[in-house]
Amino acid sequence: MLAKRIIPCLDVTNGRVVKGVNFVELKDAGDPVEIARRYNEAGADELTFLDITASSDNRDLILHIIEAVASEVFIPLTVGGGVRAVGDVQRLLNAGADKISINTSAIANPQLVKDAADRYGSQCIVVAIDAKRVGDHWEVFSHGGRNATGLDAITWAKKMESLGAGELLLTSMDRDGTKSGFDLELTRAISDAVDIPIIASGGVGNLQHLVDGVKEGRADAVLAASIFHFGEYGIDEAKRYMKQHGIEVRL
Amino acid sequence: MSVDIAVIDYGMGNLRSVSKAIEHVAPAASVVVTSDPAVIAAAGRVVFPGQGAAPDCMREIDARGLRQVIVDAARSKPFLGICMGMQVLFDHSEEGDTACLGILPGTVQRFPHEAMHDEAGNKLKVPHMGWNNVHQAIPHPLWVGIEEGARFYFVHSYFVQPASPEVIAGFSHYPFPFTCAVATANIFAVQFHPEKSQNDGLTLLGNFVTWNPGASETACDMSGAACA
Repeated sequence: MLAKRIIPCLDVTNGRVVKGVNFVELKDAGDPVEIARRYNEAGADELTFLDITASSDNRDLILHIIEAVASEVFIPLTVGGGVRAVGDVQRLLNAGADKISINTSAIANPQLVKDAADRYGSQCIVVAIDAKRVGDHWEVFSHGGRNATGLDAITWAKKMESLGAGELLLTSMDRDGTKSGFDLELTRAISDAVDIPIIASGGVGNLQHLVDGVKEGRADAVLAASIFHFGEYGIDEAKRYMKQHGIEVRL
Repeated sequence: MSVDIAVIDYGMGNLRSVSKAIEHVAPAASVVVTSDPAVIAAAGRVVFPGQGAAPDCMREIDARGLRQVIVDAARSKPFLGICMGMQVLFDHSEEGDTACLGILPGTVQRFPHEAMHDEAGNKLKVPHMGWNNVHQAIPHPLWVGIEEGARFYFVHSYFVQPASPEVIAGFSHYPFPFTCAVATANIFAVQFHPEKSQNDGLTLLGNFVTWNPGASETACDMSGAACA
C-alpha cells in the first residue's frame, strides 16, 4: 500500500541552511549536505529545499548544493524558490533535483507550468500555493505570502492540475508559523478538488497535527520544518505515531 | 576505450541521479551518461532510464538514432530499464497512442480513473507518487538482499501489462495489483526508481552491476534436470 510521506523542508540562503537544525552532534548546523544526509538516515521520505536567497548573484549556490546532496543522498529531492523560466527548471533537474516547485512565477506566468510539464513531465513539476482565508473562501497569495492575487485557491489548484502540475504543495498562510495545526478545511477542499497528490504545509506543532493532516485534511504528504529542525520530534517518532493512528508509512 | 556501464541519455529527465547512484555502488566501474550509439554498443552493461511522456521519449530515441542500439543491447547484455525506460520496451503505450520499441510483448495503460479509490472509498491520486511495497513474483539475482514487500519510490501515471505473465518479476498494488518489475534472460526493468529508493534501491543497483545473466543458465546446464 502506498505510504503517506513525511517531508522535512530546509530553507537555504546563500548556500546555507537557515532556521537552525538541531541534530545531536551535528558539526555544522548550516551545512545542507550534512543535514540532508542526517534526514536521509532518519527516514525522511523526500527532502524539500526552499531557496530564499535574495540576491541573484548567489542563486547558483543552490545548484552546487543540489549536486552535492544528489551525489550521496538517494531519495527524492524537491527544489523551490526563484524558479522563473524553463531554463531554471532544466538547470535544477540537471543538478540532480527530482521535482521543481514553482510558486510566484506560476501566478505571473501560468504558461511556465505547462511548458515545464510538457518538456520534462508532470512528475517533476510541483506548484506551491500559499493560501489565506478571505471571507468565505481562500485566496492565493504570491511573493512569499505578501501579495494578494485575487485568485480563488480551489479554482487555481484545478487550473494548475489542468496545465500539468504533478503535485501541489499547499501552505496555509493563516497557520504558517503558528504551531496550531494545518488548515484542515483548506487542505481537504483542495485535495478533494483535484486528482493529483497534495502536500500539506503550514502550522505543524505536534505529531497529532500530522495525523490530522492526512486523516482529516486528506493530504498525501505532510511537510514540516521547525518541529524536526529543532529536535522536538524525530522523523522516525513521527512515523511511528502516524502508524499507531492507522496511517500507512515507510518505516 | 569501452565503458563498463552506459546510461542512455535521450534527453528525458534527471540522469545525474541514476549515474551517481550507480557510481556509488560500483566505485571502480567506468560509468558514462551517453547518447553515442557506438559507446552504448561497446558497453558491458546498459541502463535505460527515462522520465516524461511516451511520445516524447520515442521521438527523442529516434531523433538520436538510438532505436537499434537499444534493441540490440536489450537482446544481448545486462540491461536495466527504469520507469519510462521500462514502459517503452513494450509494444504500445496508451499515452499519446504511441508505438514503442516492441522488445517485450504487451501494452502500457493509464491508471483508470474509475478504479482509483481504496477499500474505504477514499480517492487515490494519480500520479502514483511515493513509497509502495514491491512484491517479488520470482526469485531473481536483482532481488538478492531485498526483503519481500520492501518499499520503493514510484512516480508514474501509466503501468505495463505484459502479454506473457512469465516475464513478471514483481508487482505492487494501487489499488489493484500491477506489474512493477519484469525480467527476461538479460533484461530487468522496473517501474519504480531504484536511484531514489535509498538503501533497497542501491542494493538493487549493486546487484545489477554484478549480474551475470549467463551464469545462472550455465549453472542450470551443469545441474541438469534440477532446473527443468
